[in-house]
Amino acid sequence: MTDTTLVAEHPLLERFPEGVTPDERKGYEGFIVAADRLVEFATALRDEFGYDYLSSVTGVDYLPDGKMEVVYHAYKSTGGGALVFKVQVPRENPVVPSLVSVYPGADFQEREAWDLLGIRFEGHPNLKRILMWEGFAGHPLRKDWKEAYFEEEKKPFGSRWPGGAVHRAEDENPFGKNVVYPPDFDPEKWTPVGDEALYAGLREFKKDDDLKTEQVVVNLGPQHPSTHGVFRMVVTLDGETVVRLEPVMGYLHRNHEKIGERNTYLMNIPFTDRLDYLSSMSNNWGYVQAVEKLLGDKIQVPERAEYLRVIMAEFTRIVNHIFAIGTLLNDLGAYFTPMLYALEERELILDIFEAVSGSRMMCNYFRFGGVARDLPPGVYEKMRDLVFERLPRKIDELDRYLTENEVVRARCEGVGVLTPEEAIAFSAAGPVLRASGVPYDVRRADPYGIYDRFEFDVAVRYHGDVYDRYLIRLDEIRQSIRILQQALDQLPEGDVIFGSPKYSMRVPAGEAYGRVEGPKGELGFYVVSDGSANPWRYHVRAPSFINLTALSRMCEGDKVADAIIILGSIDIVLGETDR
Amino acid sequence: MPDELNAKGYDIPPEMQNTVAITTLDKLYNWGRRYSAWPMMFGLACCAIEMIATAASRFDLARFGMEIMRPSPRQADVMLVSGTVTKKMVPQIVRLYNQMPEPKYVVAMGACASGGGPFKEGYNVVSGIDKFLPVDVYIPGCPPTPQALLYGLMKLQEMMDKQSIKSVRWYQKGDLPEIPVPILGPDLIDPRDYPDFEFKLRQAYAEKTEEEAS
Amino acid sequence: MYGKGILKGLGVTLKHFVETYVDDFRRGRKRYGTREGVEYRSSKDVSGLFTVQYPEEQLIIPEEFRFVPFLVYDEGENGEREIRCTSCGICAKVCPPQCIWIHRSEDPKTGRPVPEPAEFYIDIDVCMNCGLCAEFCPFDAIIMDHDFELAVYDRHSNNIYDKEKLLKPASYYQKIRPRNYAAQEKIRQEKAAKKAARARK
Repeated sequence: MTDTTLVAEHPLLERFPEGVTPDERKGYEGFIVAADRLVEFATALRDEFGYDYLSSVTGVDYLPDGKMEVVYHAYKSTGGGALVFKVQVPRENPVVPSLVSVYPGADFQEREAWDLLGIRFEGHPNLKRILMWEGFAGHPLRKDWKEAYFEEEKKPFGSRWPGGAVHRAEDENPFGKNVVYPPDFDPEKWTPVGDEALYAGLREFKKDDDLKTEQVVVNLGPQHPSTHGVFRMVVTLDGETVVRLEPVMGYLHRNHEKIGERNTYLMNIPFTDRLDYLSSMSNNWGYVQAVEKLLGDKIQVPERAEYLRVIMAEFTRIVNHIFAIGTLLNDLGAYFTPMLYALEERELILDIFEAVSGSRMMCNYFRFGGVARDLPPGVYEKMRDLVFERLPRKIDELDRYLTENEVVRARCEGVGVLTPEEAIAFSAAGPVLRASGVPYDVRRADPYGIYDRFEFDVAVRYHGDVYDRYLIRLDEIRQSIRILQQALDQLPEGDVIFGSPKYSMRVPAGEAYGRVEGPKGELGFYVVSDGSANPWRYHVRAPSFINLTALSRMCEGDKVADAIIILGSIDIVLGETDR
Repeated sequence: MPDELNAKGYDIPPEMQNTVAITTLDKLYNWGRRYSAWPMMFGLACCAIEMIATAASRFDLARFGMEIMRPSPRQADVMLVSGTVTKKMVPQIVRLYNQMPEPKYVVAMGACASGGGPFKEGYNVVSGIDKFLPVDVYIPGCPPTPQALLYGLMKLQEMMDKQSIKSVRWYQKGDLPEIPVPILGPDLIDPRDYPDFEFKLRQAYAEKTEEEAS
Repeated sequence: MYGKGILKGLGVTLKHFVETYVDDFRRGRKRYGTREGVEYRSSKDVSGLFTVQYPEEQLIIPEEFRFVPFLVYDEGENGEREIRCTSCGICAKVCPPQCIWIHRSEDPKTGRPVPEPAEFYIDIDVCMNCGLCAEFCPFDAIIMDHDFELAVYDRHSNNIYDKEKLLKPASYYQKIRPRNYAAQEKIRQEKAAKKAARARK
């Protein structure tokens, strides 16, 4: 985090005497940049000050002030805290210059802000809706936009207690469905916006080519066995070679952020489970960390809880990576065998999660100031058995039967290459970034929890291809086992939660950005509190969403079959991509 | 011959019990379908991971004859709607269902597919796939554990057992009507709403102004 | 040698295949259909067949496992039901998807609220099994169930659970969660003892 005392004397203020002011609202940090100086500011930030990695871009709707704010979080790829800068524009017709030319990683995030908040980014090469469909009425994350099943501004709803009369929301809607139309809508006069516009931009014909081949546009997904869910890639093919690839998402857009802004702080924890549903413990941690930052000194996490958090997060990483390797091999055509072996280990770890938290996948285990409950009897021994005995043995076995396999190597080596410069520019995170030779791991670069106490290496590989992204996951599993061994040995006795947990609490006004190194990459939660029991803004910096920015670059020039494994090697989970 | 195939009330001589079964056509038909209900390889959200876990070694769908997950709807019998159905996705789901050959079944796996689940209030979420497709079995849970899914699939098999060729809807005269594919407009439009669309729209806004007035 | 990696991989799969027979042979009858067998198949030593053959056998459900919630009642001496819930509404307030509806009872004479729910509904098509209601209930009146065999053919008539469907006896609670039950019972008894002591004074 930025040191607040430094902001007033930051060299950036000297460099930009006009147009840049420190953000002086209570609980806020960083700088406010005038919209017309933004591109210049960002360029200087990247080239002169070393903040080359733009992690998160999002908008906040300050309805009472009549303002729309765009918040940027930038980091140095060598490590350290964030530099936060903001642009404020009027709520009516908000226009902000696009930063895609400076940080290509802003691409999808700006599109998302346009889609959900209606902020127009001038100069964006492809400013279309990304999560909702083209033609949808309204920008749903605006505070004055109300959905069909809207009940009340904030939870808990008054209709539940004390006079709770049970009803289903659809019974209240004249259509019997979760729909709402503009009052003047006439289905007869209206023509749907189809996919033609999407396809039209993708076809291009080469002129000075002797051998003319017609390009074909192929849809992969949203129902496709190897898109890891409901993801769609529109691919322009020349023969078998990918000329262009456009990811289309939003097929699992479950309105996480809109619901999150209506929830109380506690209610959001089980919802974060459903973001990246393979690694719910890490999601819990990211969110809890952001809210604990807002709470500040009011809350201290006990030692034992800190250790339990690390243990659960590292187990989650193993589960996720082992599953990722299984699906990657599935995509390669090794139908199900590696997956079956991987799932065996996963099941054994899920047994532990189930015993501790009550659910295999949706753990809901973290609380503000600790974790929900202590380990039940017998679980500690089970964890030791796995970490010290079974997992190292099984990971070696996995290594033995896959890494040297000639087919795997032939398919993966040199495919989908991403150079380190590109990886940073596209804001790639996690294994994708580290496989490209950038040793950036939030656990080391900006340590949180008690990660500074453990000995482990940041896994890094240098080729940036699919094979390295497979190897890096193996490396990371090994490092996770190493951390787990230390954590289990050192696990102290004591409380697991600070004070007695409350079901509703007020959080001091301000903003906070909590980030953890999730299995997919940097998982950030941007929370703005207005001092009440519900967050004013709740945004998730989803690594699988932002990692996809680099997908088309990785696929260009490769074969269509390789597009599948490149996607597999990025390891996305649609719950997090679309939120 | 499996014992369950035998119809009651017929005495088979002991020496032929393993080779001959006296049965009804319905029983044979149901027996055949029950053990070869191939699910479609199609996952939507969190529940899909539990579906994969069910197909894997610990729970092993193969014991129910369902291990062959077909990516193509043309070869699938059961559509496991495993996860949140969003408005953006529902046209594709309906299209896939229309492409499946009869006999076909739909299992709504999990709270989201059954009734919208925790995301029901969201603007992009369909509150239950049964708003569009005829669902045979609903499996509650968020997500249902693999064993809960297996229980639901066993309920589906029980249901198949009770069906008769005479009465199943796909052997009646005439073609089965296709389900109209929803359209993505300013919000999701169900073509079946068209006849009284304007009436409902007016109703919706009358209610809204009433609420504001009070 | 080219192809060595593939052969090595095939060797591993072959080993897995052979292990299933070796393990069946070594463990004999006890491997399937017994609790011991299921425990072995969820332990670190498991090799060979990993399958737990539901419905004939079931995975061992850990105590903390949560599916949908239920309401606890204590059995009185004459078999009457003493519902623990006081309709304080904390579960309805903490529920993230807001799937709990409570109608508080009122004394017909005075019109004052009575600490017992007149109606209690949970829409299990909305419930996300998070367990927050049970965690924050001050009276141990709502508990997460272990029963996951809930699949139905018709959700509209079945899946909104009312009070009758939700109520289960404390003995059932004790059966599925012995450790939690014992801990909470201890606290309850201490409270009751304190109350009695105060009453005596």
